[in-house]
Amino acid sequence: MTKGTETGTTIFALASGRGRAGVAVVRLSGPRAGQALKSLTGKDLPAPRLASLVEFSDPKEGAPLDKGLVLWFPGPDSFTGEDVVELHIHGSTAIIDKLSEVLSDLGLKPAEPGEFTRRAFENGKMDLTQAEGLHDLVLAETEAQRKQALYQLGGGLSEIYSSWRDQLVSCLADIEATIDFSDEEIPAGLMDRVGAGVEALKSGIENILGDFERGQAIRRGYKIVLLGPTNVGKSSLLNALAREEKAIVSDIAGTTRDAIEVHMDLAGYSVVLVDTAGLREAGDAIEEEGIRRTLGHAREANLKLLLCQASAWPNLSKDLEGHLGADAIVVLTKSDAVSGGSSVSKDRSGIERILISSETGQGLDELIKKLEARAVKVLETSAPAGLTRVRHKQALGEALEALGRFQGHDLAATDPAILAEDLRLASRAMASITGEVGVEEILGKIFSQFCIGK
Amino acid sequence: MNSAMSNFDVIVIGGGHAGAEAASSAARVGVKTLLVTHKLETIGEMSCNPAIGGLGKGHLVREIDALDGLMGRAIDKAGIQYRMLNLRKGPAVRGPRAQADRALYRAAVQDLIFNHPNLEVMAGAVEDLVITGKGADKAVSGILLADGTKIGAKAVILTTGTFLRGLIHLGEKKIPAGRVGEKPAIGLSLTLEREGFQLQRLKTGTPPRLDGKTINWDACQVQPGDDPPIPFSFLTDKVEVRQIPCYITRTTKETHQIISDNLERSPMYSGQIESKGPRYCPSIEDKIVRFEGRDSHQIFLEPEGLDDDTVYPNGISTSLPEEVQEAFLQTIPGLENARIIRHGYAIEYDYVDPREMSQTLETRRLPGLFLAGQINGTTGYEEAGSLGLWAGANAALKTLGKDPFLLDRAEAYMGVMIDDLVSHGVTEPYRMFTSRAEYRLHLRADNADRRLTPKGRDFGLVGDERWQTFEKYTGDLEATRVKLESRNVSPNEAGKFGIRINRDGKRRNGVDLLSYAKVGFDDLVKIWPDLKGVHPRITEQLEIDAHYSGYMERQRQDIEAFRKDEGLIIPANLDFSSIPGLSNEQVERFNRARPENLGAAARIAGTTPAALSALLSHVKRKKLRKTA
Repeated sequence: MTKGTETGTTIFALASGRGRAGVAVVRLSGPRAGQALKSLTGKDLPAPRLASLVEFSDPKEGAPLDKGLVLWFPGPDSFTGEDVVELHIHGSTAIIDKLSEVLSDLGLKPAEPGEFTRRAFENGKMDLTQAEGLHDLVLAETEAQRKQALYQLGGGLSEIYSSWRDQLVSCLADIEATIDFSDEEIPAGLMDRVGAGVEALKSGIENILGDFERGQAIRRGYKIVLLGPTNVGKSSLLNALAREEKAIVSDIAGTTRDAIEVHMDLAGYSVVLVDTAGLREAGDAIEEEGIRRTLGHAREANLKLLLCQASAWPNLSKDLEGHLGADAIVVLTKSDAVSGGSSVSKDRSGIERILISSETGQGLDELIKKLEARAVKVLETSAPAGLTRVRHKQALGEALEALGRFQGHDLAATDPAILAEDLRLASRAMASITGEVGVEEILGKIFSQFCIGK
Repeated sequence: MNSAMSNFDVIVIGGGHAGAEAASSAARVGVKTLLVTHKLETIGEMSCNPAIGGLGKGHLVREIDALDGLMGRAIDKAGIQYRMLNLRKGPAVRGPRAQADRALYRAAVQDLIFNHPNLEVMAGAVEDLVITGKGADKAVSGILLADGTKIGAKAVILTTGTFLRGLIHLGEKKIPAGRVGEKPAIGLSLTLEREGFQLQRLKTGTPPRLDGKTINWDACQVQPGDDPPIPFSFLTDKVEVRQIPCYITRTTKETHQIISDNLERSPMYSGQIESKGPRYCPSIEDKIVRFEGRDSHQIFLEPEGLDDDTVYPNGISTSLPEEVQEAFLQTIPGLENARIIRHGYAIEYDYVDPREMSQTLETRRLPGLFLAGQINGTTGYEEAGSLGLWAGANAALKTLGKDPFLLDRAEAYMGVMIDDLVSHGVTEPYRMFTSRAEYRLHLRADNADRRLTPKGRDFGLVGDERWQTFEKYTGDLEATRVKLESRNVSPNEAGKFGIRINRDGKRRNGVDLLSYAKVGFDDLVKIWPDLKGVHPRITEQLEIDAHYSGYMERQRQDIEAFRKDEGLIIPANLDFSSIPGLSNEQVERFNRARPENLGAAARIAGTTPAALSALLSHVKRKKLRKTA
């Protein structure tokens, strides 16, 4: 909170909730808010505090972004007391992400948690009721961000982030040791070690930034994998669900023995439904490969649907038993082939299950509701993915700039105070990702590594 | 005997480095000040190593000097080997350091203290504080001496160093003492305890002192000082004291063997001492245990004076028993026959959790009582002197009803240290390092006067002599800068004088040229010969300013953002538990540190943005109510 509120910056953030909705509101605040609006619309500023319908386009490419309402609140008569713009756009992830990128390109900064509210306070704009509510609001925001960092960016990334942090601490410790303890017995060659550390850090960041660009991590969507023996009705269910939603974006079919992915939209979230090859003893090499892939999908799944013929319940095939757990729902298929619903209630309480018939449509609505609930539970708690991503991207961009400056120096000949300053700037830029690196941590590392002290 | 109350405005207890600076700065502000200490002849004593300055520490001395304090002037009358550390590194991290002749240093400090306007000095043992009022009106109103004399004061500054319940450890022996041969202060510890202060223990150590006549110097490596020595004080033109070298020797495998064999006899390892010592100033026992793989550690042999044969072997602080110290010294080249004048020892002492103090170093628990020096949980003469100066100024300003004298993290190393102390407390004796300063490129030893002297003058700390010197210097500096800015050359013209820059046809002025790494003021003199003869301090400043100019703008923005948080003041009497939505843990954190502004609150470890927002909203709301 000690930074990000420099005077003069203009910030933006998604003001409405995340997820598919009719309308999403993006709020801008700061001296360049008006200019940004003009760039987006190509027109003069609208009348203050009156809604007007405009078309937004990317000023760089001229490509249309969306059509929506705008509100212009010149300061000080605004929420934050600064110039504020509200953009009411269509609530799609793609549009919000694109708009965020465009705003970043225009030199606006993604808001820090609570920054709007903070600016409002600083300008004396917050009233008492709002003040009461502030705490919860900001807490929710930061909690979401923490979860977001853990979930949205995936477990693998958090390991990378902590390795970046270690690298930063090591580099800073080495360089500070050569500065603060130059009259001690500090081993030679530390600067080479710092140089190598910075190179590793920089290429690591560049790799991840590449991933950000491709949007792989995020656009993959919430992954639901259908598992079950052959002929249990997986394909029928997939088709039924897809038909039900009428929202197939794309379907990529492989061989009948490979997985089929269907991208669909559930409760406003992007979901990937994967139909897999049936689990059974492999008959030949190709089928073996198919089963290997199936298991790969199962490992990556956010949710597994374990399909079993209703008539066979409560006996699950051996392959499926191993997948039971909190991330699995048992789907009993072909309910039309069994009498009543009696078989569903047969023991194995504790296991979440649902009886359906893709033929008659029985249970499908209920299943969809269950899937939505599961997806929402995971995705809704994350902060605006696009915005967060943009902020991380920007933070990493700043860090790269500082690391690049560092590398531009001749390490042997340059004032170490300047080298250290570049590293400190990189570290500060990355603080929102790696956490602040405090001086005590650096000193601790120095004292544990080098024998300091006369 | 009961003399009348309110004899003095400010009383300083203790005549060490914190006490001397505190007494002087209070007196400079212009209030009637008394310094009370056990023995007048130990005022300005260097109880530990005979050196002033170093990295981070040298910055502090320059800051004390910029505010017209004593330390820089005293060391320039006593320095016998000067070294500018990091001279080949950047100017921001250069730290002046000097070995001192202990007797000359003491004499220089005493000369300044005994002849100080507004300052009286007396010998005496202070037993207790006089406290008047009850509850919220409680305040310190004077001191009680061992002989029953009461002396009144509006503010009292405690600078007791290691004397508060000081306990010396030497092998298995434990001796209550503040320094070797000097009684500890027990009464004042009890007073603080009675008043509810959080007293904790820290430890520090010292090496054996050797007789230089018994050292075989030929076996040691010579370490010469700088020639010419670069003085500490902005008022010193030239160091007149005779300069002598130091020497370096090393421990051997045999040394390490003896120490390892006797580890359980060291109070640090036998469990006799439980309090924490500094990680950056370990005993030789510590080094051998923690860095087992190393078979040698260096030892600096530092002479304690020109006419004194005592040598301080820096690097082998120890609390091992006497006979073990004697045995291991014989295994060190050059020290085979060295005679020990005084054995090394460890000392444990009380300190007050610095979070008990506000930014002015006044305790919250007992208004009128200020603390400075090791009692704040710090180590080092320079840290002590800075804290003393700060506490003295603020105690005096308080008695005058004036605004406090505060420097923030972007203004001074002093500001960094005091903010660290009162916000975070300490877990080991706090020492200054340049890495603690966020704005290191700006907070330099070379520009301490430009950073601080004008503000010191505003608060009455800076006397006329220094002010005139400063005005002359800054006047000349600015005039030269304007001269450089008004002249320019094309890359082509510059090339004729051997200055190679980008051939873009752009004309560059003198300051622009200096910002190139390979261009110095001497190069400018080649182009504009009339620049010859400019004072070296001025040419150096212009070079340094230009050297960091690329980074200064970024740092300026950082500082601006930082100041904004610092500007949001949290009322001193705020009840943190009344803030809705703060966790108990967070209330506890805030209560311990009592942050005075939003920036300080943000720096408390574990504080979340959510907690800060809650705090901010509460503070703003209170303001609204007040104005409503």
